[in-house]
Amino acid sequence: METVVIRSLEPLIAELRARGFTVVAPKARDRVIRMDEIASESELPRGHGDEQAPGRYRLRERDDEMLFGFAASPDSAKRYTQPPSRTLFRMRGENIEEPEAEVPRVALLGIRACDLAALAVQDRVFLGGRHPDPDYRKRREALFLVAVNCAVPGGTCFCVSMGTGPKATAGYDLALTELAGPHRFVADAGSARGAEILRALPRVPAAEADLDAAERVSRTAAEHMGRQVDTEGIKERVAGAHDSPRWQQVASRCLTCANCTMVCPTCFCTTVEDSTDLTEGAAERIERWDSCFTLGFSEVGGSPVRGSGAGRYRQWLTHKFSTWFDQFGTSGCVGCGRCITWCPVGIDVTEELANLP
Amino acid sequence: MGASGRTPARGPGGARPRLAVWKFASCDGCQLTLLDCEEELLSVAAQVEIAYFLEASSAPGPGPYDLSLVEGSITTPDDLERIRHVRRVSTRLVTIGACATAGGIQALRDFADVREFLSVVYARPDYIATLDRSTPISAHVPVDFELRGCPIDKRQLLEVVSAFLAGRRPVVPPNSVCVECKARGNACVMVAHGTPCLGPVTQAGCGALCPAFDRGCYGCFGPMESPNVRALNRQLRELGMSTPELVRVYRTFNAGEEPFRQASEDADPELLGHEKAPGEDRGGRR
Repeated sequence: METVVIRSLEPLIAELRARGFTVVAPKARDRVIRMDEIASESELPRGHGDEQAPGRYRLRERDDEMLFGFAASPDSAKRYTQPPSRTLFRMRGENIEEPEAEVPRVALLGIRACDLAALAVQDRVFLGGRHPDPDYRKRREALFLVAVNCAVPGGTCFCVSMGTGPKATAGYDLALTELAGPHRFVADAGSARGAEILRALPRVPAAEADLDAAERVSRTAAEHMGRQVDTEGIKERVAGAHDSPRWQQVASRCLTCANCTMVCPTCFCTTVEDSTDLTEGAAERIERWDSCFTLGFSEVGGSPVRGSGAGRYRQWLTHKFSTWFDQFGTSGCVGCGRCITWCPVGIDVTEELANLP
Repeated sequence: MGASGRTPARGPGGARPRLAVWKFASCDGCQLTLLDCEEELLSVAAQVEIAYFLEASSAPGPGPYDLSLVEGSITTPDDLERIRHVRRVSTRLVTIGACATAGGIQALRDFADVREFLSVVYARPDYIATLDRSTPISAHVPVDFELRGCPIDKRQLLEVVSAFLAGRRPVVPPNSVCVECKARGNACVMVAHGTPCLGPVTQAGCGALCPAFDRGCYGCFGPMESPNVRALNRQLRELGMSTPELVRVYRTFNAGEEPFRQASEDADPELLGHEKAPGEDRGGRR
């Protein structure tokens, strides 16, 4: 389908809701841009921007009417593909019950190119290989993805280095580029259902000037990355730095609090916990987000394999930029910058990589 | 602390296990958590015989007990005797709350001269029999599990009781509050608001309650498994905390926990000269 221009997101939101989707989009809440349910375009954070730096995030007023004038929110799509906690089974005596996976029909409106890249990474993790996760597949297929191309990258963004953005090129149902003067969106469909929805909206064909303006948005964004990483030979370089003293230096700053892995859109590690309730014979197993920064994560035979902070940071960084290639054939990092912004002490993964030998 | 209770806490001949709840120097808040279980309280009462629980019943049943929950710290010579008795009559002993696991807020006396307090506060200080330090139960008798918190969390208490009844290891993750905070979907108050927060060095368990209401973590659950207090202190200073503020923030309910003591001394090295040497009097677990 041809690229079109839409004037307002109101008909799109209404159409998605009419088709049974909960529309989840950016919202200014708790002084942060969060992904949250909306019912109308008026709930989008018009005139809001953000300022992101290592260990620092501030919501800012913008002097324009842009609805998406900010970079990555702390919320990626992960919460919807891999919920923080879920029940795997319950048992009472011999009787085992596996609850149906909760599969909310969610339309994510306003996710970024880095988030789409992260979903592609997650797809390889959960659906590739010999043991695809059927619950992940259900949740993933229930998502409708409306990407908005980044116009204002954050101070911690480096998607250009990782080759994942700032323009969405694949993996979306619809992709929008927000333009000013007059305020409008250039829209194109990336799937049949995206095209079907687009056809149901009031629209005009995109003119050459609209397409040029949209290209300019992505080109300008690409020139304003807050961070960069030299990815040349990175897999070998990180693996080869196993005995670098740099790990001790970063460990002196690292809180081992696990925030980086919690906000990372590709970190997928979980633990399972068994519980019994007070009634005899009843038990439950849950799966919940865990992190390679907790001691329990590498506990074998009563003690952790990676007891030191240096060992845990090295494991995380090496997995993301080196062994992820061996395991899944891609980088584990998509350059969204969340781990840098949301590290309470501002450890910068791009700086750590640059400082490795 | 750690894995224990691998055999179910069961009474002889399959009778309901007998539960006792004991109080030492404390505010009663943690044992009240058991009564606060409300919905689950009947299940608890159905599964165990609540044999000794003065907060709930003035009819104490005689020992021995299969599971003892112990609240409060050891602060008097009398306590020293009584905790040994409690240990003797208990198959399993679980301490509940910051007083019992770390000495509580009253461990602030560890940083000062108790005799000086006595002379200022009491008309007849010679009537008062108290120890120089407030110490956790584990400094005096073997403890099967320590449940942290000020107060403890109801869900975690039920988990620990259930685990001991089933003879399994309780699921009480010792990782940071941040893990719970992110799972709950809170915005990080430190990064987004510049609010000082002890979450990164504090053990989870509260469900990240304070950050959910825009407050920094107060450290009620004590140090997490691998706290890097020095790194956090640098950031807290960046956020504008002064040296006295830094000392105060670690010297609350878990002041007696070694990493928090170190954090306060790291913030103000001058404190070191004015304090009692570790283990100076009896009961220090250092």
